[in-house]
Amino acid sequence: MSTPVTTTSPAPPAKAAGAPTSTPRLRTPRRHSPGRPKRSVLLTVLTSLVVLYTVVPLIWLVINATKTQSGLADSSGLWFAHDFALWDNIRDTFTYHDGIFGRWLLNTAMYVVLGAGGATLLAVLGGYALAKFDFFGKRGVFAVVIGAVAVPGTALAVPTFLMFSKMGLTDTPWAVIIPSLVSPFGLYLMWVFATEAIPTELLEAARIDGAGEVRTFFQVALPLLAPGLVTVLLFTTVATWNNYFLPLIMLKDSDWYPLTLGLSAWNSQAETIGGDVIYNLVITGSLITILPLIAAFLLLQKYWQSGLAAGSVKE
Amino acid sequence: MTTLQPPVAAEPRPAPPPAKRDRRSWTGWGFIGPFVAVFALVFLAPIVYSIYLSLFRDQLIGGNTFVGLDNYTQALKDDQFWASLGRVTLFLCVQVPIMLGIALLVALALDSGRLYGKSFFRITIFLPYAVPAVVATLMWGFMYGTKYGLVGDINDAFGVTLPDPLSPDLVLASIGNIVTWEFVGYNMLIFYSALRVIPNSLYEAAEIDGAGQIRMISAIKLPAIRGALVIATIFSIIGSFQLFNEPNILRPLARNAITTDYTPNFYTYSLSFNGQQQNYSAAVAIIMGLITMVIAYVVQLRGMRKGA
Repeated sequence: MSTPVTTTSPAPPAKAAGAPTSTPRLRTPRRHSPGRPKRSVLLTVLTSLVVLYTVVPLIWLVINATKTQSGLADSSGLWFAHDFALWDNIRDTFTYHDGIFGRWLLNTAMYVVLGAGGATLLAVLGGYALAKFDFFGKRGVFAVVIGAVAVPGTALAVPTFLMFSKMGLTDTPWAVIIPSLVSPFGLYLMWVFATEAIPTELLEAARIDGAGEVRTFFQVALPLLAPGLVTVLLFTTVATWNNYFLPLIMLKDSDWYPLTLGLSAWNSQAETIGGDVIYNLVITGSLITILPLIAAFLLLQKYWQSGLAAGSVKE
Repeated sequence: MTTLQPPVAAEPRPAPPPAKRDRRSWTGWGFIGPFVAVFALVFLAPIVYSIYLSLFRDQLIGGNTFVGLDNYTQALKDDQFWASLGRVTLFLCVQVPIMLGIALLVALALDSGRLYGKSFFRITIFLPYAVPAVVATLMWGFMYGTKYGLVGDINDAFGVTLPDPLSPDLVLASIGNIVTWEFVGYNMLIFYSALRVIPNSLYEAAEIDGAGQIRMISAIKLPAIRGALVIATIFSIIGSFQLFNEPNILRPLARNAITTDYTPNFYTYSLSFNGQQQNYSAAVAIIMGLITMVIAYVVQLRGMRKGA
């Protein structure tokens, strides 16, 4: 991992949408070029302490997902027990209680596809409008959106629940999906990104060539917005995948639970009298829950990191 | 980079040239309309409804009656509310500086170019952000266990008796640790992204002036990312005031330490879903919302003014 940063390469073309770069180091050339700083062992060691702090719980999770319920109790937390029960645990996680875990996984996937996907679409359209159009009430829209962000989510939870309950939406997937559709942060990010990434001249040119607004958006603007779009999609996906509070208040029927709610139900089941103690499944289920997101972040890191650093395209 | 500057202050660009205003005044609405419609349904309508609810009271006799600001005056005299507010304020004053401090140090270390294996560090420290609060709390909850958690292991291995992280005295710190673990990497990334877009010319100029690393940090890097620092602080304050998931999930393990009025959010949740006091709960939630907004606003004003 100690490959030196490129300091001599010509500036790569502004990270365009899909260019599959071979190494992460193809980002904008590093700037402290005059006199490349010396690597510091001390600094690396100190930073490693923070890494240790972040990974120990994850390592703990992986190790303990391999243990049986009794193995959990008699073995050390940071080493394996005698029995390696990972495959049994995974099988049991998916078969316990008629395979409800699989159902939760599908529910979560559905909430992500509809909620995060929809939120990203709305944010991209809205951000594009804020960046590239002048329209009546624009300043007002932004002020209201930002002001509302400061309102604590839970202040809204109870009235939202009561409203949805009157509309007959509670205990249906819509109660989770509809509120997920709004991402003020996504709107803001897309606004900034669109301002930077789409030259207004390009839009003018498309219009002069007779393209309608919809066509201009899809064929000219959207490709340029791709890195920002991936970033927003990832962050709304995390928000939806990890959502707990909203489903907690909206859903009673465990058939509609997302993974987060299901896991916490399994965990507190041990507390109830006569409840089945299934900590091994809680732990294995937790591992299964976080793997897709971690994989997504690792695989897509080039895109979302460049999207986050939107402004670095200029120089 | 404008991305991470505080939204309120940062209008990225003034509006595009107003010449074409007439032609486009409705086109823009066509694009932003869907967002605004859903936003109105899930943000604006509940706020209005919440205010409406907070002005009524459901009484055994007489049903739902208009009581004006009675719920508010009751909340302001409510010891449980103040105790929970005090708890999150303490949490905020300790946890947020620690978390942001670590995040800033790591971001500066990454940016200095002096680390071996930089991208490994960047992505690894960020990973907990992808872990749901539920899973994070479950993991740490197990690890905190004195019976078969890590704390128990340490006790057995060294023949000591560590204080129980889930005892009433320590549980707030234990929650703070979970929240720190979840968000250090996220904040680091915000700071790091902001550091990366500082123009090269500033460093070159500083180098010519003979500035050392420390001087570069204090004179160039920190001022340049002030916007990111302010926005991260505001998000963290809002997050602390909204604390709910971690204590709620940890509660089965620490039932006598974490009460149902542990945080303001927990309190409003219990009021409306266990206590059926939806009107009063709405008033408490609105007061919390106002307090949060005022503090976020003050932090932003102060943060932006300093040296600007």
